[in-house]
Amino acid sequence: MDLLPVVIFLQSILAATWRMATPILYAAVGEIFSERAGVLNIGLEGVMLIGAFAGYSVAYESGNLILGLLAAIASGILSGLIFSFFTITVKANQIVVGAAYNMIGMGITGVLYRVFYAESGRALSLKTFAPIEIPFLSQIPFLGEVLFKHNIMVYATLLLVPLATFVLYKTAFGLSIRSVGEHPKAADTVGINVNRTRYFAVIIATTLAAIGGAFLVLAYADQFVEGIVTGRGFIALAVVVFGGWSPWGAMGASLLFGIFYALQLRLQAMGNIMIPYQFLQALPYVVTVLVLIGLTKRRVQAPKALGVPYK
Amino acid sequence: MNWVNFRARLKKVFRSAWTPFAAIPIALLLGGGVLLLAGYNPITAYEAMWQGAFKDKTAFTEVLIKATPLMFIGAGLAVAFKCSIWNIGAEGQFYAGAVMATVVGIYLGDLPRFILMPLVLIVGVIGGALWGMIPAYLKNRFGASEVVTTIMLNYVAIYITGYLVTGPMIETKGMFPQTPKISAAAWLPRFFPPTRLHIGFIIAVLLAIILYIVIFKTSIGYTIRAVGINPIAARYAGINVRKNILLAMAISGGAAGLAGSVEVAAISYRLYQLISPGFGFDGIAVSLLVNNNPLGVIFSGFLFGALRSGAEVMMMTAKVPSVLVYFIQGLVILSVVAFGAYRATTKEIEE
Repeated sequence: MDLLPVVIFLQSILAATWRMATPILYAAVGEIFSERAGVLNIGLEGVMLIGAFAGYSVAYESGNLILGLLAAIASGILSGLIFSFFTITVKANQIVVGAAYNMIGMGITGVLYRVFYAESGRALSLKTFAPIEIPFLSQIPFLGEVLFKHNIMVYATLLLVPLATFVLYKTAFGLSIRSVGEHPKAADTVGINVNRTRYFAVIIATTLAAIGGAFLVLAYADQFVEGIVTGRGFIALAVVVFGGWSPWGAMGASLLFGIFYALQLRLQAMGNIMIPYQFLQALPYVVTVLVLIGLTKRRVQAPKALGVPYK
Repeated sequence: MNWVNFRARLKKVFRSAWTPFAAIPIALLLGGGVLLLAGYNPITAYEAMWQGAFKDKTAFTEVLIKATPLMFIGAGLAVAFKCSIWNIGAEGQFYAGAVMATVVGIYLGDLPRFILMPLVLIVGVIGGALWGMIPAYLKNRFGASEVVTTIMLNYVAIYITGYLVTGPMIETKGMFPQTPKISAAAWLPRFFPPTRLHIGFIIAVLLAIILYIVIFKTSIGYTIRAVGINPIAARYAGINVRKNILLAMAISGGAAGLAGSVEVAAISYRLYQLISPGFGFDGIAVSLLVNNNPLGVIFSGFLFGALRSGAEVMMMTAKVPSVLVYFIQGLVILSVVAFGAYRATTKEIEE
């Protein structure tokens, strides 16, 4: 039997896996900070959409991808301030605010996109971050394709995850975040400003989610379309749980999703296979559900004060 | 009842009722800001919206038609939310109901009208309820967060629908990805032809009233609310928490499924990919706006029906994208929660 087609098939899937995992990973690592501090943000989808649109429009108008990324970061900070204001200062129900924020994100990006781009008749694509081939390593058969021919935003996740782990577990700030999410009252009595800590954690989360959204337009697809995030914000929430609220865990979980995304795309691209393409499209979402079921065996405890506003 | 007592009661009613009225102008104001930013004249746009909703009898019946699925879904979600089950999956449950209704309406189309018509609605309820009970079961059995699972099942339901209408159920010799029409024996009666106002609207209002009674006036509703307020305390009090979670999801899923089957049996007469323009998500706002009171859903469903119906006309006449409605709805919710928190801090409210 000839193994070559199988190897090529595998290579093409694994080469896309990391790239597909990246936007989810940014959002998930961010959300870990927020949830560790006790704030559940189901509005990630909206935050990512706004980040994607901000990144796209600024990069498109200026012709500069870095400016686009900075705009996405700014939009993420703004989203974080809004979300924090309502959930921490006003102490509104976090799920309600998150659901509202998703609608806001969908509405505002939809209107602005249609007005300024879809109906403008302009060419819409922009030049995305190009893959960087690592010298020598990218020449290795198989592994070279899979690991060493990605763009800068993909490679950056290798920095993001250890950095996030370091901040969470080795710094005073990380300790405050975790204590505020486990036992806010105790944290308060030892002099930690609970609400301020939560503000910071939420802003980290939304900023990273916005970067994840921007990835979709700056480093993946080359243009914005309405609802481009297609549930990745929600999948990131599942990844946080599956990864046991740890950045490395989130990386593993996102890569798993990456595989299914890549598989789904690859199978669709192959055409005439027996499975209807809608079933393939549904795959990542079905896997999310299955993964959540599988968690029951190795249940990691959620932060104790998750979802509870502090007096 | 003495005068002071009466005044206190009146004050309380007023306190709980004014927030939507205050929230909507604020949301419209901010929405106007976005319109300005996008280069529109907000006054012209809102004028077109108002005209679109209330210009004449036909426009008004279209508002009621748009309000119907929102009332169904909102009233059902109110039950789940009262139980603190965050069902974001009404969209998928709507699709489940619509699929079931279409299947029965086509393949059992030879049944007599008096059987087929109710049957189509009943299977819609069953489809939605079962689709809603999956996340409830997964939460009970495996501790899987319903926020995530309900959303994931939305996508699954939509893709299954997409498969059905492009594959096994596509109309013969059809150019479009849609099923053939369901048997005319399953069509719901309309009130004032040529308007499309149908009996489903009455059913929706009735359902809202029934669910209000169930939630606030029966022991079933009491236990559901008890679970919602504090599941641990409810368990100590001998309430079967899991059963109530399952029940709340069955009710809210069933209501959304009914909305789907009514939409098929009264409006579209067939299934296609985008049969819901996001009713399931609008329903969330409809319920939250009135603090998850099924009776209030009649009001908020009407309001959002008017917003949506008006927005469609606004899109045609003033060329303003109708997705603006999502933005406005999101702002309405945020304003309501902000006012709610303000109310709570003034501490004059008693439960």
